[in-house]
Amino acid sequence: MSREHEKGMSLIVKTITRLTVGLILLYGIYIVSHGHVSPGGGFAGGVIIALSFIHLMLAYGKEVAFKRLSRTVASFFESLGAIMFLVIAILGFTGGYFFLNFIAKGEPFKLFSAGIIPLCNIAICLKVGAGLFGIFVALVLLKLESGEKK
Amino acid sequence: MVELYILLILMIIGAIIAIEVKDMLSSVIAVGAAGLALSITFLILKAPDVAITQLVVEILALIILIRATLKKDLPFSATGRWFLNTLITVAFVVVFLVIAKRCLDDLPQFGQPLMRVAKIYLKQGLAKTGATNLVGSVILDYRAYDTLGEATILFTAVIGVLSIVRRVGRKKVGTEVKEEDE
Amino acid sequence: MSIYMLCLVLFACGLYCILRKRNIIKIIIGIIIAEYGAHLFFILTAYRMQGRSPIYSVEADIKNMVDPLPHALVLTAIVIGLATTALIIAIAMRIYEKYGTFDITKIKELRG
Repeated sequence: MSREHEKGMSLIVKTITRLTVGLILLYGIYIVSHGHVSPGGGFAGGVIIALSFIHLMLAYGKEVAFKRLSRTVASFFESLGAIMFLVIAILGFTGGYFFLNFIAKGEPFKLFSAGIIPLCNIAICLKVGAGLFGIFVALVLLKLESGEKK
Repeated sequence: MVELYILLILMIIGAIIAIEVKDMLSSVIAVGAAGLALSITFLILKAPDVAITQLVVEILALIILIRATLKKDLPFSATGRWFLNTLITVAFVVVFLVIAKRCLDDLPQFGQPLMRVAKIYLKQGLAKTGATNLVGSVILDYRAYDTLGEATILFTAVIGVLSIVRRVGRKKVGTEVKEEDE
Repeated sequence: MSIYMLCLVLFACGLYCILRKRNIIKIIIGIIIAEYGAHLFFILTAYRMQGRSPIYSVEADIKNMVDPLPHALVLTAIVIGLATTALIIAIAMRIYEKYGTFDITKIKELRG
């Protein structure tokens, strides 16, 4: 218990963060997975998922956030998003051309519909979320290192 | 459409405060106020996807800007040719606005867009892509090349930030690594 | 036409800040404000009188939707704007670490 008080903000902020960070992550996943039937999509959902981890990092310090999502895992997910998007695009060649919507469209207004659009949303979400988390971590670490030097 | 004018004037006031105030943190927060007003404006203009994205991106940009400006001193220098510089800048901006005013006369009236391309999307979008959110179908089906270029730019920006921030190797106690070579 | 003009005034505020100020953080703020103006102009051109948002609904048959194409363009432009802003901030923090100032007239080696 006493070890937790060393880094990060006060006890109130930590308690509220512990209660809300899961909800924020869940809301981001909802925005991404329903991106083709309601407002939202890969960009907004990816930024919300990145913000949930940034919230954790601001409240608890960088060690706790890195335990959940380390830098190597973040860079892996970013590369995975990019490759997944390209593979979906190239698989369109099975039916004719680049970015062909080759999966069956399904019934409108259902979650599993619209062919490749949900898959592309997930790829974009992984890419944007991991990329913005990486940018934030890089800027924060630069600040910490320059502070240590002085 | 009165609320649109009110929100736009609020945004302009926020921008002027952000430009002219001397304290850096107040300036960043004024930009945040303008961005939130922009998000509400998008919602009034019937663009909910853009409103959500603008809201969350605004928060992230604000956090990054505050981390960048915190505990940094602000050297405010108003030395030398203050009047001349301001005069030239204001003259340039006024010329820009006058030319833009003349160009705006050729645009269609506010509220009646042409929609030459979007007519096809609106007519066939649901049948061809199966997505009920038409913005999603435009982004990821009709114009997926745009999204591919966007992903490339984001990847380049991440690599750029990481290579600017990175330090070469681990510094030993006695040796000095030249910063210019990085 | 005057709503477009107010939007351009917002853009001009950012332009003035970019051209006139000497602090790098102020220049970044000017770039952000000019971006707001550009994005708002795109969305304003897409609006239609008594229009509805471009999302189909189960129970209602929606006739007059607004133009979805500028929405898609702006959606990508916002995320790109965030990434480039982060890149500029990283460069500015490096400059601060090396020279100890944000003032662009004090940085001797950038003077041409």
